[in-house]
Amino acid sequence: MATDTLVRRIPAAHAGARPNKQSLGARMRRNWQLYAMLAVPLIWLAIFAYWPMYGAIIAFKDYNIVDGILGSRWVGFKHFERFAESYQFWRLIKNTLILHVYELVATFWLPIMLALGLNMARRRWYRRSVQLITYAPHFISTVVVVGLIVVIVDPNSGVLNLFLGQFGIGPIDVLSNPDYFRHLYVWSGAWQTMGFSAIIYLAALTSVSPELHEAAIVDGASRLRRVWHIDLPAIRPVAVILLILNIGAIMSVGFEKVLLLQNTLNLQTSEVIDTYVYKLGFASQVPQFSYAAAIGLFRSVIGLVLLVLANTLARKFAKSSLW
Amino acid sequence: MTMATDTATPTGAPAPVRETRSDRIVMICNYTALGLFTLAVLYPLVYVVSASLSDPKNVVSGKVWLWPVGFSTEAFKAVFDYDSIVSGFSNSVVYAVGGALLATVLTLLAAYPLSRKGLPGKGIIMALFVFTMMFNGGLIPTYLVVDRVGLLNTRWAIILPAALAVWNMIITRTYFQSTIPEELVEAAKVDGCTDLGFFWRVVLPLSKPIIAVNLLFYAVAQWNSWFNALIYLTNEHLFPLQMILRQILIQNNFDPSQVRDTAELIRMKELQEQLKFSLIVIATIPPLLIYPFVQKHFVKGAMVGSLKG
Repeated sequence: MATDTLVRRIPAAHAGARPNKQSLGARMRRNWQLYAMLAVPLIWLAIFAYWPMYGAIIAFKDYNIVDGILGSRWVGFKHFERFAESYQFWRLIKNTLILHVYELVATFWLPIMLALGLNMARRRWYRRSVQLITYAPHFISTVVVVGLIVVIVDPNSGVLNLFLGQFGIGPIDVLSNPDYFRHLYVWSGAWQTMGFSAIIYLAALTSVSPELHEAAIVDGASRLRRVWHIDLPAIRPVAVILLILNIGAIMSVGFEKVLLLQNTLNLQTSEVIDTYVYKLGFASQVPQFSYAAAIGLFRSVIGLVLLVLANTLARKFAKSSLW
Repeated sequence: MTMATDTATPTGAPAPVRETRSDRIVMICNYTALGLFTLAVLYPLVYVVSASLSDPKNVVSGKVWLWPVGFSTEAFKAVFDYDSIVSGFSNSVVYAVGGALLATVLTLLAAYPLSRKGLPGKGIIMALFVFTMMFNGGLIPTYLVVDRVGLLNTRWAIILPAALAVWNMIITRTYFQSTIPEELVEAAKVDGCTDLGFFWRVVLPLSKPIIAVNLLFYAVAQWNSWFNALIYLTNEHLFPLQMILRQILIQNNFDPSQVRDTAELIRMKELQEQLKFSLIVIATIPPLLIYPFVQKHFVKGAMVGSLKG
């Protein structure tokens, strides 16, 4: 048990304030009310976070409702092998990766640019209005965003095709064309999240001391030079951390939006791991819980490994990391 | 430290040296780019509002592209004649209010003890929470648990599984750490105050901003969520508004049996296309109404979280 080290470490942390010589048991008893407060959230955590993790063992079993999780028969890696050999395997991985990497490459730098621009703008009312408007889409639900897309690209009355019609193009049925799915997904995402994502960078920029800028101005540095040498380095640690998180999530995409944008005609590019798991479990004639759970687990484990890997690399090369 | 939104920008501090020409050009480009981007974000919203307020004929024939053409509020009236929209709306209010209250209580209960220095086992408990952000059991096992505890097809299936977001808990904990000094706790203890008493009488009154942020975070998240309803609910009377929206907006499922009056039904058929626009407006108004009031707090929350990660 790690409690031994804990006992020694924690008093040391605030030893300056008041040396604490009580035993562990005594301190735990003294704090019983705090543990009582923690009890409710911990019970919640046990039921809704850790019980499903335990339940994930059905990936190694042939789950059936009658026998339950414990009673069902162990089958080892059968479901994983089946998935790896299925014709869906590479297509799902490819679709998931392309969608996520496209999103990352196309949109990761956008909030950074927005934050730099906002930070540079001097007129308060202007900054304020830009922020107020660009944050707003963050609060719109995924269903409504997809609904917006549907009405805007509607082949008959949508404004997009009316516009294209002016030039004699179309009408194009964007939603049912697999070629457009990724662009729709990525750019509607940029529209929705870019403003809000800029907040975190703006916060990093406020920590830049104004004296740095003043000194640079005296030295004759132009605006762009100051952005490059002062503002960008201030943003870097935050950007690295967000990048790590993003890489950790590379196997998972904005699953709800993909599912909403999906239809039988664009499946070729829109079927990703998570939507496939959903379909196996809930939308097929015979729910294949174990097989679906195995695919889900496969994805979660790869995500965790990637997160650890990205974090290690970042700590080594960029000197900032999650832990 | 002050907020990004409130301070005069450092880059734009009163310029002691006169701007060069290239600097001025950069500034003009910057303002233009920001402006264009803002308009691009704004346009779809304006378009939807305009279309919802136009004459239905003009919407279908594609005459509306910026401002309302032939003002009409028919589409909004029609929304209230569609039964499942009305029930979805009230269900969503229940989920948002109930969910926000419960989740905020759970968050505060977890965040306060974990913000206290020297609580034995704090590190382990914190790690238990944080680990769930990086790894989870997955869709199917979670569903089986919700089924097992008998929540399937009840309102609790929407509220309970979403009753704590670890990210919010971390932000709240950081708030406590930076606003409740350890000396205050010690002083209260010397005066014979218990932990619960201190939490109730001192911490909560000092924490109104973070409580507000939590309530609104959870309420908006619950208002906007639909996927839990999709997998946990089959009873349509329990569906939140977003599920109904999905049927009408995306699946194009207009269900005539939801309208009782036949004359009304004929009129609604004409309005069907436009109904989508007014629905988007109605579903979006509640979160957008809340948002300007808490914008500052959201920013603060995001920032605290970013500093302490």
